[in-house]
Amino acid sequence: MYVSVKGGEKAIRAAHRLLAHRRRGDRAVPEVAADQIREQLSLAVDRVMNEGSLHDRDLAALAIKQARGDLIEAAFLVRAYRTTLPRFGYSVPLDTGAMTIERRISATYKDLPGGQILGPTFDYTHRLIDFTLMADSETPLPERDTAASAPAMPRVTDLLDGEGLIEAEPPAAPDAEPGDLTRAPLRVPAARDLRLQQLARGDEGFLLALGYSTQRGYGSTHPFAGEIRIGEVEVEFEVPELGFAVPLGTVTVSECQMINQFAGSAEIEPSFSRGYGLAFGQVERKVMAMALVDRALRTEDLGGAVEHPAQDQEFVLSHADNVQATGFVEHLKLPHYVDFQAELALVREMRREHAAAHASREADTDPVFEEAAE
Amino acid sequence: MTAPIKRTEGYAFAYLDEQTKRMIRRAILKAVAIPGHQVPFAARDMPMPYGWGTGGIQVTAAILGPADVLKVIDQGADDTTNAVSIRAFFQKTAGVAVTTRTAQASVIQTRHRIPEEPLKAGQTLVYQVPIPEPLRFLEPRETETRVMHALADYGLMHVKLYEDIATHGHIAKTYAYPVKVEGRYMMDPSPIPKFDNPKMHMSPALQLFGAGREKRIYALPPFTRVESLDFDDHPFERTKFEAPCALCGATDSYLDEVVIDDKGGRMFVCSDTDHCETRREEGHRGALLGTPAEETRP
Amino acid sequence: MTASLLEAQGLTKWYGDRLGCRDVSFDIREGEVLAIVGESGSGKSTLLSLLSGQPAPTSGSVAYRMRDGSIRDLVSLSEAERRFLFRTDWGFVHQDAAKGLRMGVSAGGNVGERLMAVGARHYGDIRAAAEDWLERVEIDVSRIDEKPTAYSGGMRQRLQIARNLVTAPRLVFMDEPTGGLDVSVQARLLDLLRRLVADMGLAVIVVTHDLAVARLLSDRIMVMRQGRVIEAGLTDRVLDDPREAYTQLLVSSILQP
Repeated sequence: MYVSVKGGEKAIRAAHRLLAHRRRGDRAVPEVAADQIREQLSLAVDRVMNEGSLHDRDLAALAIKQARGDLIEAAFLVRAYRTTLPRFGYSVPLDTGAMTIERRISATYKDLPGGQILGPTFDYTHRLIDFTLMADSETPLPERDTAASAPAMPRVTDLLDGEGLIEAEPPAAPDAEPGDLTRAPLRVPAARDLRLQQLARGDEGFLLALGYSTQRGYGSTHPFAGEIRIGEVEVEFEVPELGFAVPLGTVTVSECQMINQFAGSAEIEPSFSRGYGLAFGQVERKVMAMALVDRALRTEDLGGAVEHPAQDQEFVLSHADNVQATGFVEHLKLPHYVDFQAELALVREMRREHAAAHASREADTDPVFEEAAE
Repeated sequence: MTAPIKRTEGYAFAYLDEQTKRMIRRAILKAVAIPGHQVPFAARDMPMPYGWGTGGIQVTAAILGPADVLKVIDQGADDTTNAVSIRAFFQKTAGVAVTTRTAQASVIQTRHRIPEEPLKAGQTLVYQVPIPEPLRFLEPRETETRVMHALADYGLMHVKLYEDIATHGHIAKTYAYPVKVEGRYMMDPSPIPKFDNPKMHMSPALQLFGAGREKRIYALPPFTRVESLDFDDHPFERTKFEAPCALCGATDSYLDEVVIDDKGGRMFVCSDTDHCETRREEGHRGALLGTPAEETRP
Repeated sequence: MTASLLEAQGLTKWYGDRLGCRDVSFDIREGEVLAIVGESGSGKSTLLSLLSGQPAPTSGSVAYRMRDGSIRDLVSLSEAERRFLFRTDWGFVHQDAAKGLRMGVSAGGNVGERLMAVGARHYGDIRAAAEDWLERVEIDVSRIDEKPTAYSGGMRQRLQIARNLVTAPRLVFMDEPTGGLDVSVQARLLDLLRRLVADMGLAVIVVTHDLAVARLLSDRIMVMRQGRVIEAGLTDRVLDDPREAYTQLLVSSILQP
């Protein structure tokens, strides 16, 4: 009885086989290993972990390999895997103040306690293709800081906070659980915890464009990069059976605190306001854009008028997820013959009606007038 | 019908874990209790792309049992690639029996069509839905459309239909044609052609609608009143075709236009492949198969 | 003496520490036109928004007599009831016609929307009503299928009025209805408004900074300054014999008709 599968199943199998072949590329070239991607394309790994919403460097590296380097496809693979994992709970808030710093800069103070640390940055490289990388490169080991212990590095916003110049972090309600947009559908207007979650997993390019738009006048927030810090923080988890938090390990994160001018409102006195970005790995561009957009999305909370795309919760939150976006854009490839057939018939009918109406208009026209018009 | 195959180890039955299935079933129950109302649910990231049926797949996964017989169609056909892919997914993860026969299926997942053969009590039709909100293209804001549904404030939709008649002389909507459910909620039937709209009305089957990307589930329980919007003096009209199916001669089915050469040659055949095959097995013949003289009306 | 259609009691609105309006009380009967005049910032627009039910006042109440004769406090209305009033018993004419119209929908659709919102389902009847209303507001019926974007400023304003009056409301709020129009266009619009108000027995609350508008349209007038009503009375009395120094200043600053 089961006869109708015909070409479909065979075609899909053959397509997948060809895809694997293309992924492998020229077999004379050694196959790239997942650990090579993890170690040498680590910024791609970081991006995939964020947009895939899962901290697992090996899995992200494997996904990049499987996706032939298509990072959105890789994030999608990670997401689909993540769905099948059980959820145990949520960690204690990360203490980024206690970060083991690799990079830390502030644009608002020339010098500050703990100092500025450039770390591994492209910032002052000249963007010249380095042809020596064509060969296996001799990469010298980094210089090591000889100081006995790292100095304390308080967060810049904490320095401002001491003076009351920056709005206080709104205290969380006691026992309030952080929302989880993978467990409850996102409803707008959404609270800031959910907004930040959506931004953290949102597409880097989308956030970059939105953040950029605020700088070009579409909802300016007068931002200063108060501090960007990158390094390792410890993740702790409260185990109900134990009654105290236990460390699970460390993760590398990037954090950006934007400081924005704020003229105050009826209830709030003038002060600086915060825009916040935090994500896995070394993803400076992402967290800076995220902090700009976070601040823009707070416009309404701070009593401003929502006038630009970056300030508009529904617009930003509904379109930030690139796995959703790519699926829906690409679903246009699926057959739509049934709907197209219906539209075809409609357009044919409307053309017939149009022609008929035109013909009757022609017939009605006064010939003298027509001559004059010509 | 193909018998169940051994399902893949390592994943839960029908892929989703039991907690998730329970959550989706709760949403389905609520949707059934409030026909036509869109119930938000925490759609999971699925191993297929958003927009490719993730909502329908999650609904199917939540209601499927080992004894079910599954049919999957896209554009009315069992052999379109996405239908093949979804059917294979459930064979692999749930090991259920599958079929192409509408009458044999207990669960039918569909994209863009309702089968021609009338559904029976006990069958469930699961629709894949891209945009569940019928008012979305008139009002892009979810916060506003939510209020409009809550207050049954639907004048705007009729304004759209009014504009169509004023401009074209008729309602220029051919698919995803909005309906009113039990006189209360405005509902998007998913992009089925309006030809299929009357089939939803008072159907003995359970109809479930899943939108994964938009995270909404809605439902039509059996024997629900479903009316296509219209005006008293411009009543809803089902699409009519000028020629019968070239293969089976059916005059009452939705037809696909197939381009057969590059000189404008075309033929029209049933979009519902099972319907067409069944009719041919019963001896019906369309013009292309040579015996046009035969009785073509079923 | 007929009972009040709408009665405001001690309406006060604070926005943080900024005063919107303070302790405003008045009433209006069916068929009566009340003008609220004052300079910008005097609180007249705040008052208009409080009267139409949003936002809620800081204190005070607005009682409204519904069509069934029951008296309701507008602050306690549900959103559903408020929206229903706005599609049936009330109209709101904005200064900017683009705010009160759907600019992407034809004139006929604009006029027909309220009818469809309350259940009209006969295309021919809806269109006939729209044609009738276009005629009444002096718009060429052959332009029924054009969008308001193709209309002049004066025509848009007249279309907005038709859209509001098609369900025969009892009370219409108007916010500077002639603002931004040329003088000759203003005169024609005021003439039309006066006729429609009289024909339909409308109650109107019109906010304006233009005393000429108040004189032409209104039976009674309320002068507002710094959030308070400083003078109220019959229009002719207030304009011909103003008692408050501020009102005298307002009156003397315009040309007498």
